[in-house]
Amino acid sequence: MGFRFEATLESRNFEVALELAPGQTLALLGPNGAGKSTLLSIIAGLLRPDSGSARIGERTLFDLDSTKPSWVAPHARGTVLLAQEPLLFPHLSVLENVAFGPRSTGTPAAEARSVARQWLASTDTGALESRRPGELSGGQAQRVAVARALAAAPDLLLLDEPMAALDIHAAPLMRRLLKHVLAGRSAIIITHDVLDALMLADSVVVMEGGRITEAGATREVLNRPRSRFAAGLSGLNLLTGTARAEGIETRYGHVSGISEGKLSPGDPAAAAFRPSAISVYLDPPHGSPRNLLAATITDLEPHGDAIRVRAGDLAADITPGALADLGLVPGMRAYFVLKATAVTIYAS
Amino acid sequence: MRRRSGTGYTAVPPWIYAFAAVGALFVMLPLVAMAVKINWAQFIPLITSESSLTALGLSLRTSAASTALCILLGIPLALVLARGDFPGQRVLRAFVLLPLVLPPVVGGIALLYTFGRQGLLGRSLELAGIQIAFSTTAVILAQTFVALPFLVVSLEGALRTAGGRYEAVAATLGARPTTVLRRVTLPLVLPGLASGAVLSFARSLGEFGATLTFAGSLQGVTRTLPLEIYLQRETDADAAVALSLVLVAVAVIVVALSYRAPRGRQAMAGAG
Repeated sequence: MGFRFEATLESRNFEVALELAPGQTLALLGPNGAGKSTLLSIIAGLLRPDSGSARIGERTLFDLDSTKPSWVAPHARGTVLLAQEPLLFPHLSVLENVAFGPRSTGTPAAEARSVARQWLASTDTGALESRRPGELSGGQAQRVAVARALAAAPDLLLLDEPMAALDIHAAPLMRRLLKHVLAGRSAIIITHDVLDALMLADSVVVMEGGRITEAGATREVLNRPRSRFAAGLSGLNLLTGTARAEGIETRYGHVSGISEGKLSPGDPAAAAFRPSAISVYLDPPHGSPRNLLAATITDLEPHGDAIRVRAGDLAADITPGALADLGLVPGMRAYFVLKATAVTIYAS
Repeated sequence: MRRRSGTGYTAVPPWIYAFAAVGALFVMLPLVAMAVKINWAQFIPLITSESSLTALGLSLRTSAASTALCILLGIPLALVLARGDFPGQRVLRAFVLLPLVLPPVVGGIALLYTFGRQGLLGRSLELAGIQIAFSTTAVILAQTFVALPFLVVSLEGALRTAGGRYEAVAATLGARPTTVLRRVTLPLVLPGLASGAVLSFARSLGEFGATLTFAGSLQGVTRTLPLEIYLQRETDADAAVALSLVLVAVAVIVVALSYRAPRGRQAMAGAG
């Protein structure tokens, strides 16, 4: 069952259209306030847009554009929402929480409990079934919340940053569990973590300011980012500009690199390169390096073993030793040098 | 003032305790004054006289009935006020809370002009053979009228504290609105509902003005304990004081019950 969605909501400056192939997982990336949660709320039926429609297969979730507008209530949509916090019902045991979905749709109590036990077993929380939510750790509670969501047998699973509230020990376990349960399942997952997108999603949508700014297969988007946000996620420098006969013209000047695909002079293009591929100099080096970008340093920050030197849109990683030798401070003018072989140029 | 070990800092200036002591005395001294006036030798016979027991029984029965009625009417009102979004919501809240500030006598007069023989609905009810004014039903209606806001305020607060997020999750899991109400909303606000019900019961138990105006003072039919006390005061002060102590005792039990509820709610919020 494929999923198609389009909707606008003026009060939140939201205008999005997207599609999802059956059994695929879509990662929804974007800065805070981009409208990602708004999108999930509209799909789940918790928020009503001004216009638009959504379908899972042939089943209509809402259609506000036709002459006979329709709006299916949240409980009849088959779209389960899993939020950042587990939101387990505090007055019900773990087992009753997981059995809640089946019970609500008319499954007899005994059968609902057996469905619940199966999901508790496959989320590795079977031993907790008689506990109250208040007696669980954050990671346990979120795993139970996953079990509860899946026990409701959703046609489309909506996950709103399911790992954001977990500590660093619980998150990897949760990621593995999600990888397991999302395989072959239609799902949309909001995340801030590039690892989630790579591990869990078949495709990626980047949202900024209530609009989709980039969409495509996960590897494609992360390796060849066209939006600054996606480039930042994958840790790449991204310069956009205009293709020339050789290389591209950016606001830092001309950049040479290895072109991917056919680029005609004048086409909009992008150049991507790793911060570690850049060397930083105080004076233009002798000889004739292919790419020399002059920029004013804005920030210095630790980044793993290296120091990340930021200059506007550029980021370069240098060793602490190099930093000491150069004596860089914010506000200083410096030269960023990189080999053409380290730059990938592609159409944007 | 030395603090017990293991307790955190509280920003209460020491002199506040002096004023708090005055406030506590103001409430407690009259009760003590009443207690010392009691004729202990006659206490048991006084409170077990037929008229006293009848009044106490009537008070408990009508208060229980009006509490049930408050729950029945108050839950939908609180839900609509806490979760609804419609024009006139603020006006509705103001009217529902009006009996809190209205003199009970005024409430009684209003009820009389509604359900009385010449009242707005009373005439039609009379034709149907139903007479409400000056009956036990009138006592229950008068008590419900004054006690309903206590339940609505308490429950609406609990509903707002609980928020709508659990309800949204329940809906996406496939639960219809009625199922959400029964299995999620009401269990979550049960402590608030319970403390609201206890307060309503307490208010009903003490009801005097609206009852006297709307229901009169017929022994065994409408003469509740507060009315009995007022009546006895004219003829037998000892009996009035003794019965007052009974009413204080019942009230203290009720308040003690309702004061456990908020703590329970906090514990629950902390766990969730």
